Order: sequence, then structure tokens, then C-alpha cells
Amino acid sequence: MSAPQDVLTDTGPVRHRHHSRPELGALLAAVAVFLFFSVVAESFLRPASIGTVLYAASTIGIMAVPVALLMIGGEFDLSAGVAVTTTALTSSMISYQLTAITWVGVLVSLAVALGIGSLNGWLLARTGLPSFIVTLGTFLMLTGANLGVTKLVSGTVSTKPIGDMQGFASCHWLFASQFTVGGLTLKATVWWWLGLVVLGSWILLRTRFGNWIFAVGGDAAAARAVGVPVARTKTCLYLGVGFCAWVLGQHLLFSFDTVQSGEGVGNELIYIVAAVIGGCLITGGYGSVVGSALGALIFGMTSKGIVYAQWNPDWFKFFLGAMLLLAALLNSYVKRRAERGPGR
Amino acid sequence: MTLLELTEVGKSYGAVRALEGVSLEVAEGRISCVLGDNGAGKSTLIKIIAGLHQHDEGRYLIAGDEVRLGSPRQALDRGIATVYQDLAVVPLMPVWRNFFLGAELGSFRLDIPRMRSIAREALARMGIELRDVDRPIGTLSGGQRQCVAIARAVHFGARALVLDEPTAALGVKQSGVVLKYVAAARDAGLGVVLITHNPHHAYLVGDHFTLLKRGRMAGSHPRSGISLEQLTTEMAGGSDLAELSHELGRSDPKERPPT
Repeated sequence: MSAPQDVLTDTGPVRHRHHSRPELGALLAAVAVFLFFSVVAESFLRPASIGTVLYAASTIGIMAVPVALLMIGGEFDLSAGVAVTTTALTSSMISYQLTAITWVGVLVSLAVALGIGSLNGWLLARTGLPSFIVTLGTFLMLTGANLGVTKLVSGTVSTKPIGDMQGFASCHWLFASQFTVGGLTLKATVWWWLGLVVLGSWILLRTRFGNWIFAVGGDAAAARAVGVPVARTKTCLYLGVGFCAWVLGQHLLFSFDTVQSGEGVGNELIYIVAAVIGGCLITGGYGSVVGSALGALIFGMTSKGIVYAQWNPDWFKFFLGAMLLLAALLNSYVKRRAERGPGR
Repeated sequence: MTLLELTEVGKSYGAVRALEGVSLEVAEGRISCVLGDNGAGKSTLIKIIAGLHQHDEGRYLIAGDEVRLGSPRQALDRGIATVYQDLAVVPLMPVWRNFFLGAELGSFRLDIPRMRSIAREALARMGIELRDVDRPIGTLSGGQRQCVAIARAVHFGARALVLDEPTAALGVKQSGVVLKYVAAARDAGLGVVLITHNPHHAYLVGDHFTLLKRGRMAGSHPRSGISLEQLTTEMAGGSDLAELSHELGRSDPKERPPT
């Protein structure tokens, strides 16, 4: 059967390819920031500095991966920052109180982290409330519980040192070791980060579940209508946030030996900033895991670059905020083009 | 063969009776039109057929088996595909991802090259030539999106196709194109439920016409039993319309009280 040419034939030139590259803006920004600090801060390009920048980027980037996936799936997790601290505290206190090898605490805290994720997902599905409210609730509850339980158990706001406990060395190797290649010292978090970016990006772009992530974030009603399990998909994304919070929490524990129970507050916003700079739409349905890594890298380069340039570090947040606004504007422009189509 | 059969189906939302005593039958290779004004219960009927809501009264048979569908997935598994007016697709996702959404190829890892080429071929078979199946489906026109959704349902072996107001937001020319695909789906042996408020579009392709009014059946006619004029009059309100024209005819501007 033939159709009128002007109605059903794609006559426009193939110029939509860039729509599939949400991280393009972040890539250009990352290159610009890198060149900028290479020029203004002479110590920026030293191997030691690069190691420091990558470490700072990795501690944000590990969480930016699941937070970006969750945002593409159309939801937020404001509890992501304090959940990191919760897993570190749980791991430390369980091992210390039971005088068990540290792996016991590590595994129990993994269960707790996944429990927080599934609680967020379950509350979201059952209440139908916006994730902003649901996770704001769990954020406040975890913030309080972190302090309250730690004071009850330890009598102070920080945990007892566990550095001399059995199993610490192997846990330290997995989560907090570092090694040096040609003067460049890389921490374990950098490898975790790289691994999570590759895994997250593969899941998003190459699997059935990734297709569902885009769909539940882009239009949950349409996704449900064609048979996508919307609630299950979102719960899995929250489990991903829980898992990565566990990884980062164990790193903090095994690299510093003790954990301050008030830590982590405010980091959830930095993860979201990294995801948005990386091309994620606030409204969901569009974004990139690689972009979130570039966002984290921009964060690392800027926060350390300002120090290497010997400027007042107070300006860092100002710069980050401006970057966020620019990125959000660019993203919404891209979205409008994608939805309306060029020239229409 | 009868694919879908609803007998005296009813549905209440709390105290509101949205649908009452509605019967409908769809056979292979037939187009059954459901006509009704806004609020007549068309969308409730669709939701029951598609598995989004469950009916409270009456019987719903698919291929002879009585069912109460708990999810759209169950409807799809039984060969009932629904194309919604506004939520047929996810606008920001590429055409090929939309085409396979909910029925992706590959157990976990997607077989992307095959998905791309199958999407392109299935669309071409329906007469939709897209050079770039990577473009977001939101960049297509409304008519094109409907056609992609219909092609998707046909490709995935739907036996019955439920179309919710496929021409409502379209111009004359694009409506004609969409109706051609509806006819093509019928010719491919599918049973079609075409839901619309436009009697002209319905009469172009329909084999049977069911009229809904405030949640109840206001008429059920085979094509041989009704003319386009009668259908239009019934749709436009029938006796209500006659009354309205009577009332309007009486209002002489001179008699109107000054405002």
C-alpha cells in the first residue's frame, strides 16, 4: 500500500543524531574546565593533582550513576546522601558490637542499604506521593536515626575505631586501597566508579531494563499501558541507589576507620547536580550515565582546581550553581526540540 | 470468529455509575465502532477492554473465555492491543525503542541491530518510510505516531486492536491516512474496536456501530441497518438536538430582556 509522500515519509535530513547524545554538553563543559584550570593552575596537571581530582570525582560519581538512572526513570532520591553514612555506621557498629570480622558488618549494611532502597520504592508505589516528598521523609528519618542510634550505641557522635579488627585489611583492600602507576595514585573508588559507569551505561542503553527506565521516566502511563512493570522498575532503581550508597559508605568507613554520624547531609543535592550537568532532565525520560560521570568529573576538577589555582574556595559553590543553571537550560532546550521536532 | 464479546457490562467508580449494560462484539476482519460524546463512557469501556480497570457487572469474553483482566499485560497476552489517543508512545524515546517497548527482543540484553531493522521493515510494510528510526517519536506528526502504534500492534500479532479516538487531534488528510491503516489492519484479519466521536470517520470504515450515551447503550446497528445521515443525527443528539433547535428557534433577539 502506498501512502502520501508528504505525510508519512521522513523527508527531513538526518539531523537528529545528537538527540541520542545527552552528554554532549557535559563533554564540552568538562573539556573547557580542564583546559581552563590547566592554564590558570600550574600544579593542576601534576600526577598527584590528577589523582586527587579523580578521587574527589569518584566519591561523587559512584552515587551520580544510580541517581542519574533514577532521574531518567523520573524520580529523585533525597535520602541518597545520608544513606551513605547509614551504611558506614551500620557496618562499623555491627562489627564492633558483635566483635565479628568486619565482613559481617559489611554484609549486614548491604542488606540495610537495599532495605532503604526497597522502602523508598515501596512507599513511592504504595502512596503515589511524589518521590521528592517520600525521600525527603526518609532523608530526615535517616538523618535523625544516624545521630540517635550512634549516640545510643557509642555514647558519642562517632563510631569506635575498628582498624584493629579481624577482616579490616581485606575490606580495606576492596573499598579503600590505592596504588600508584607512574606517579599517578589511584584509589579503589576510582575503579568502583569506572566499573559502575560502564555497568550503568550498559544497562541503560543495551538492556530491556534500560528501555523500561527511559519509558517509566518519559511517560509512566504509556509505559504501563504497553505492559512495562512501572513500580518494579522504579523500585529496582532505588535498590541501585542503595547498593552504590553501600559501596561509598564502606569506602568511607575503611579509609577513615571511624564514621561521623552527621555526615552526608547535602551530598544528595550534589549527586543530582552531577546528573543534571551530565544531561539528565529533571522531569525524567532523558539522560546519560556517562554524562553523570562527566558531571562528577567537572565537580572534582572545579573543587580541586580552585585550590590549585590558590583562589578562595568559597567561589566553588557559586561556580557549581551557575554550571547547574546552564546545564538545566540546555537540557530543557534539547527536550523541547526532541518533543516538538525541528522546524515544526 | 468472535474475538471479543462484552455482555451487559457495567462499571462504577464509588457512587458514580460510569458504565451500565453495555454489550459489544468484535469479530475477525471486522471494524466495530463505538460512538459517543464526551463523558459517554467511551474511555471507561476502553479501560475495561484493555485491562486497566475491571468490570463490576456483566461478562467479558475473549475468544470464548470469560475473563477479568488485572493488568494491560494480561490483555496483551490474550492478543488485545490498545492504541491510546494521547499515550500511545513515550515522546523522547527513539522510534525503534518505542516500537518494541514492553516486548523487547533479547532475554536481558537487547538485540539492537535486529530491533532497528525489524522496526524499520514493519513500518515500511504498513507504508511508513522512516529513514531514521533513531529519532525521538515525539518529532513525528500525530498521524505518524498513530500509524507507528498501529503497525506495532499488528507486528506483535495482536488479534484485536482497540483504537481510542485515533483521528481526534488530526487534520482531514492525516485522518484519512490513519483510517487507511485501520482498514489495512482489518484486511490483515484483525478485529478492530474503533472508538470515536466522529460519525463520518466511523462510517467510512465501520461494520457495526454502537452508540453510548451517559454510560448506557443508546443504539447498536449493523452497517446495513443505518445510514450515515441517521448515524450523524443520532450522534449529534437525535431527539435532544430536535428539542435544542426548537428552543434556539424560539429565541428572538427582540424578545430577549436587555442586559
